Amino acid sequence: MNYVADVRALARKDLLLELRARDTLPAMLLFVVATFVVFHFSLPAHSSQLAASGLLWVAIVFTALLGLGRAFVPEREQHVLDGLVLAPCDRSAIWLAKGIATFAFLGAAEVVALPVFALFFHGIGIATVAAVVLADVGICAVGTFLGAMAVATRARDLLLPLLFLPLAIPIVVGGVGASVVSSPGRYIWFLALYDVVFGVLCWATFEYVVTE
Amino acid sequence: MIRARKLGKRFGDKRVLRGLDFDLAPGGFAVVTGPNGCGKTTLLRICAGLAVPSEGTIDVDAPRAAIGYLAHDPLVYRELTALENLDLYGRLYRVPERRERIGMLLERFGLWDARHQRVASYSRGMTQRLALCRVLLHGPELLVLDEPYSALDAAGAELLDAQLDELHGDKTLLVSTHDPGRVAPFATAQIALA
Repeated sequence: MNYVADVRALARKDLLLELRARDTLPAMLLFVVATFVVFHFSLPAHSSQLAASGLLWVAIVFTALLGLGRAFVPEREQHVLDGLVLAPCDRSAIWLAKGIATFAFLGAAEVVALPVFALFFHGIGIATVAAVVLADVGICAVGTFLGAMAVATRARDLLLPLLFLPLAIPIVVGGVGASVVSSPGRYIWFLALYDVVFGVLCWATFEYVVTE
Repeated sequence: MIRARKLGKRFGDKRVLRGLDFDLAPGGFAVVTGPNGCGKTTLLRICAGLAVPSEGTIDVDAPRAAIGYLAHDPLVYRELTALENLDLYGRLYRVPERRERIGMLLERFGLWDARHQRVASYSRGMTQRLALCRVLLHGPELLVLDEPYSALDAAGAELLDAQLDELHGDKTLLVSTHDPGRVAPFATAQIALA
């Protein structure tokens, strides 16, 4: 119960910080909508649905990257991460709470982004929505972990994309697959498996990322 | 409470601590002095558990929940109010009667009227007072204070004097300062770094 209370307190703090500073969500929204507008005008007329589905996933991954790059900025500014690391709570609670907050921001951006995509390109099926939700879980799990790793370095702005994008390739493969095939079951399961494997790995090893 | 033997720390080629031995008994008050860059902050971070030594050993006989660490930075969120920051730490440290304890500390350090203001609007001295509230919130047995008088005005420094007077003998304190005379009445040991 203490663990859940710690996660709740930390996630509530992240949501409150975003409510106050409005640093992350507006930037993600603007970015994803602007990306779709650019894609809309850059794709040749009569392009296939397959190409448009690929662009959806490119936009999602880079929008997430934008949010992940901001995730640990409040902790970095005042070295607050030291204060959280010293607290007697399980350190994985910091990761889980940050992941939940990032998931909320990404989900909020997608609530706007998916209808905009449908407006500019083609309709979105339930399989794509399920794939987006599962992909968000994986993106936030891995991205938050790598964000904490990158924030301790001087090359943080460079390091996060370099570490995150290779690990996001399976998510893009699963997401595009689920969006374009007629029976997307195995791609959905693939994304769920990715979430479980990487979620457990990140949860179990986060302590080593935030301690010297 | 703390036992260090042949303690050393290096960052790449740069060595900031070398062969340091000291003991700090429970209830002791050690003052860490030395010029800029001699490793005072590094030593305090090692004692707080935020850094590991490159050489030697250190035994700190206090769990994380019993350590209060005052850093150069206040370790509070600028976009949250004083009350929200202390409430977060109070929850994480499972402070009993959290609200009463927070209220008492904010009153004591003269921040009660500013409790609903965001820390971003605080002066440096007010932020340092809030950092002291954060450190004392969970009633730690071991207090590791890095330049606690930094940015405090005369009234704030007197408040801290009174607080240290109340704590010394009962709690264990490791305090780094450029003004050892200020804490001389409480000190039981001095660690002079070169």
